[in-house]
Order: sequence, then structure tokens, then C-alpha cells
Amino acid sequence: MKPEQEAETGDRPVATNRTMEIVVAGLFLLFGLTFCIASYQLGSGWSDDGPQSGYFPFYINVIILIASAVTLAQAIMGKTSRPRDAFVSVGQLRQIMAVLLPAALYVLGVQLFGIYLSSAVYITLFMVWLGKYSWGKSAALGISISVAVYFMFEVWFKVSLHKGSWFDPLSLFGL
Amino acid sequence: MEEINALFHGFSVALSPFNLMLMFIGVILGVIIGVLPGLGGANGIAILLPLTFTMPPTSAIIMLSCIYWGALFGGAITSILFNIPGEPWSVATTFDGYPMAQQGRAGEALTAAFTSSFIGAFVAVVMITFLAPLIAKFALKFGSPEFFSVYFLTFCSFIGMGKGSPWKTLAAMMFGFALASVGMDSMTGQQRLNFGSMELVRGFDFLIAVIGLFGIGEILISMEEGLSFSGSSARIDPKVVIATWKKLPKYWMTSLRSCLVGCWMGITPGGATPASFMSYGLAKRMSRDGEKFGTGQVEGVIAPETAAHAAGTSALLPMLSLGIPGSPTAAVLLGGLLIWGLQPGPLLFVEKKDFVWGLIASMYLGNIAGLIIVLTCVPLFAAILRIPFSIIAPVIIVICVIGAYTVHSAIFEVWLMLAFGVIGYVFKKLDYPMAPMVLALVLGKGAEDSFRNAIKGSQGDFSVFFANGLVGSIMTLGLVMLLWPLVNKLRGKA
Repeated sequence: MKPEQEAETGDRPVATNRTMEIVVAGLFLLFGLTFCIASYQLGSGWSDDGPQSGYFPFYINVIILIASAVTLAQAIMGKTSRPRDAFVSVGQLRQIMAVLLPAALYVLGVQLFGIYLSSAVYITLFMVWLGKYSWGKSAALGISISVAVYFMFEVWFKVSLHKGSWFDPLSLFGL
Repeated sequence: MEEINALFHGFSVALSPFNLMLMFIGVILGVIIGVLPGLGGANGIAILLPLTFTMPPTSAIIMLSCIYWGALFGGAITSILFNIPGEPWSVATTFDGYPMAQQGRAGEALTAAFTSSFIGAFVAVVMITFLAPLIAKFALKFGSPEFFSVYFLTFCSFIGMGKGSPWKTLAAMMFGFALASVGMDSMTGQQRLNFGSMELVRGFDFLIAVIGLFGIGEILISMEEGLSFSGSSARIDPKVVIATWKKLPKYWMTSLRSCLVGCWMGITPGGATPASFMSYGLAKRMSRDGEKFGTGQVEGVIAPETAAHAAGTSALLPMLSLGIPGSPTAAVLLGGLLIWGLQPGPLLFVEKKDFVWGLIASMYLGNIAGLIIVLTCVPLFAAILRIPFSIIAPVIIVICVIGAYTVHSAIFEVWLMLAFGVIGYVFKKLDYPMAPMVLALVLGKGAEDSFRNAIKGSQGDFSVFFANGLVGSIMTLGLVMLLWPLVNKLRGKA
């Protein structure tokens, strides 16, 4: 593929602002409706000792429904700001996913293997993959940050961080 | 004169060597946070909060508030040198600050920015010193309806002062309230709206939301823009500092006006960001050199910086005296106070004099410390910005993950934080404001309790919110704010 074509596909919008406005307003409506129903079931009326648990949330969510309905209508009529502009282009989405997906994997890693090993691996891979740094440099920084965090939290401030529910690598060091 | 005595007592509390050290550490950390993308006053303090649990509360709040001053200062550095506003309130500083740096007047711009920040903050602190105890004394007589009316005014101000669609502001704000209602109903002890999830019984902690919305969200936005930093060199020559200081008195009118705008917008929760824009706009309209704004006018740096700092500082006034913060960062500080078992509000001034006055005194000292540090260490902080994004980004994400985990020591909350990051990204791109959402999440329970207590007391009669002159006028003011966008629209058509 020629560079110009590459640039073209990169600039192509994944969704316009208008589409996203509609989607987000729709999600708000869904959220408000779910919460309204749940509040209603909880009791959104009046009992002997004042308003029931669901009273306040019920009306809060009614306001969400009204406000989002207006935004939805405005979006459909194209009256929200810059409706035709791209919300995000293919190239931008790719960039964002390059950060978001590894971040999600990193959190999964934290859950399974604890914060220290996962952080070192994550920083190293991020630098190698997106920053094009050498393995040595990246690993050195990744490990030293993890070690610094360990000393700061576990040793200095005595705050215990997540150790990994599946396997705790620190146990290898007898820590 | 009671305040002066109390203040001097406060100085004796704040001036211990340990507290002074924390002050300097706080300011330095704060500037670094302010300079880095993805970390700002609100989430920076949220992340560092757990580290202060072992300190005495007064020292902890001194350090945390100094981080806040540092972050306020830090925003100006990136705006002027790199044309990248490190914080939303320093966007307006880029308009004239960056052109000045390009003309080789970076030192002058930075000195002007720091000095006017200092002046703005100083005026706001003086105001807090004398006004906060008065308001607190006054608020001791508040009942539930009065407190609800203050909450009401707070949230209506966001709608009245907001720049974007009032419907979006309303939706974002109510989303915050809805999330705040999840978990335990504080009045009946009943579990509610957790949809059977044990994790959600704890409710949505606003610290998690703050870290995700402002931290991860900001990283995603920066990633999309494909950040490449290219900035002017930064060194502040003492001669330039003196020369700039000599020029500044000429702009006293702009400073004064910006202070007033800032203090007003800080107390009513407009916040630092709109304050800085408003002040810039006013300065542009009223200055004799108004047309030259945007090409590198010192006045165009003075106006937004003074107002942003005045607003950022005075946002602590309602937080301390009423327990109702005026900005997300003030809300995080309030969260800290609650964790240390201190209930902010009028009683704090009676029961914890040492703490309150120690904090107020530290505001004076912290800002002086801040001014000294930023004037001398600019090259150091500018160097941080030259660290490539591919190193900064993963480190900040790691910091956010650690910060989210330490709030409740629960991994579920880390996932939640990531989700808030995506919400933050989408909200930012579609102009849903995040500040009212965060404040609603913080204040939701308090607002609900005061509302329920008020109508419980009146047997469901809503006229209780207009029962006396005080509560009636605050409610009316709130309604005016709420309907302001509508009035504006009608006026526009007429």
C-alpha cells in the first residue's frame, strides 16, 4: 500500500459525532430506564418514616431520561455541535486501542500475578512495542519502577498492594 | 481580630520543620503532576491520598493542598513552553503565553504567570481567612432545608455557568447522582441498586471515578492526538524576573478584576477553567491593547493565571465552611478529610481549630514555597516534558492502577477505573462536562440526606424549601441559575 492510501484509510472516520451522540444519549436512556425501574421496585413512594429508599434515585433518573431524550432529539436533527465531523478516525482508534487493550491485559495480569511483576512486564512491552526502545533499556526501566513502587508502598508506607490471585511471583523471592 | 490570632496560631502549627518539608515535597510533586499529561490536581491527590493515612491529619492536608498549589503552577509551564495546557484551566494561558515564548520571551511569560498565580491565590487565601469563619458561624444555624438549598445552588450553577449544552450538563450531573445512590442507603441501611452485586454494595467511590475519568481518559485523548512535544528552552534569569516584576504593577486593574472573577467563580462552583476564560475575555475587551491579545501580551497571561488560581483556591472556602466543595480537586481533599474522620463543615471551625487554621496558614506558606520553587526549577520541570510519551504513558497507567487499587484494596475497583477512563474519553469528546458529574458523585449522598430529612420534617410539604427568607432566597438564586440558559436563549431570539 502506498503511503497516501495508508493516510487515507487512517483518516476515514469510524463514526461521526452525530452517530456517537445518538449512541451515548441512547445509553443514557437505557441507564436511566434501568435505574428508574429498579428504584420503583425498591419503593419510590412515601412510607411512615419519610421518603423510601428509591424515592430520590427515581426522580434523579427521570431527569436523566428527560435530558437525554432532548439530547437524542437534537442529535437526530443534527443540532449538536459539529455533527458531520469524525468522532474518531480509523488511525486514531488504532492508536487508542494500542493503549487501551494492553492496559486491560495489564489489569488482568495484576489480578492474576500481582502488581509488581505485571507492571514491570507492562512498562517493558509498552516501551519496546510503541516506543521502539531496545529490550535492555525497556526492561531496566520497567524493573526499576516496579522495585521503586515496592519499596515505596510495602516498605516505606506499609500499604499492601495486590499480590496476584493465581500466583504470587514475590513468593519466589521469599517476600 | 479573632481571625488574626487564630491565623497566627495556625502559623505556629504549620511552621514545624516536618510540615515545612512536606510543603516543599507537596509543591514539587504537584508541579510534576501538573506538568505530566494524564495526571492533574484531582487525580494526583486521589492517588497520593492513601500514602498520607499514616501521617497526622494536619500534616497530610498540608501536603495534599500543596500538591494542589503545585499543580496549579505546573499547568502554566506546559502552556507557555509547549503550547500544551497541562491542566484545563491553563488553556487560556496558551493564547498569549506561547507566542511570547516563541518570541524568546519565555522567561518573562513564566515570571508573569507565576507571579500573577501567586497574587490570585494570595487574595483568595486572605478572603478565606476572613470569610470562612463568618460563613461557618452563620452555617451553624443551618437545618436540612438550608443545606439542601446550598447543594441545589451548587449544582444549578453548573447549568447556569456551563458553556456547552445544558441538557448534557444535566445528564452528566444526574449520572453522578445516580451512581452515588448505588450501595447502602445511609438513612435506612437498606442495600439498593446494586443489582445483586456484592462489589457494588460498597457503591461507586468517586476517587476511582476521578482517577479513571481524568487519568486514563486524558491518556487516551493524548494518544489520539499523537503527542510530540516541541518546546522552547526554559531558563529564568533573575534579571528577567526583576524586569518583569517592575512591569507588573502597571496591570493592577487586570489583576484586580481577575481576582474578583476568580474568587466569585471559585466560591460558586464555576471552577478555575471558566474563570480563566472569562477573565481572559474581560481583559481582552477592556484592555487598551485588546486587539493585540493573542500575539504575546503579558496582560493575556496575567488575566487567566490570576483568575485560575484565585478560583482554584477559593474553591476550598465552601469545602471548609460548608462541607460542599467547589471543584473536583476540593472534593478529593474533602474525601481525604472524611477518611481522617474530620467532617468538613461549620462544626470543623469550632471543634478542630488547630486543623483548620493550620491548613489556612499553610495556604499562605505553600504559595510562597510554590512561587520560589517554580521560579528556580523551571528547567527541571520542562525536562520532564521532554521524556517521550511512550515512557510516560505506561508509567502513568501503572500509577493510576495502583491508585485505584489502594482506595479499597479491591481489584474490581481497578476494572471500574478503566471503565471510567473510557467514559471520560467519550464524555470529553462529546462535551459532557465531568466536573459536575464528579461533584454529584461526591455530594450525592449528602444532598439526598438533606433533601429527605427536610421533607421528612415537613411531612412531604415542599414549601419547606421556601419557608424562611434565607432558604427561600438561596433556592430562588438556584432556580435563576437553572433557568439561565433558557433565559439566554429567549433573549437571543427576541
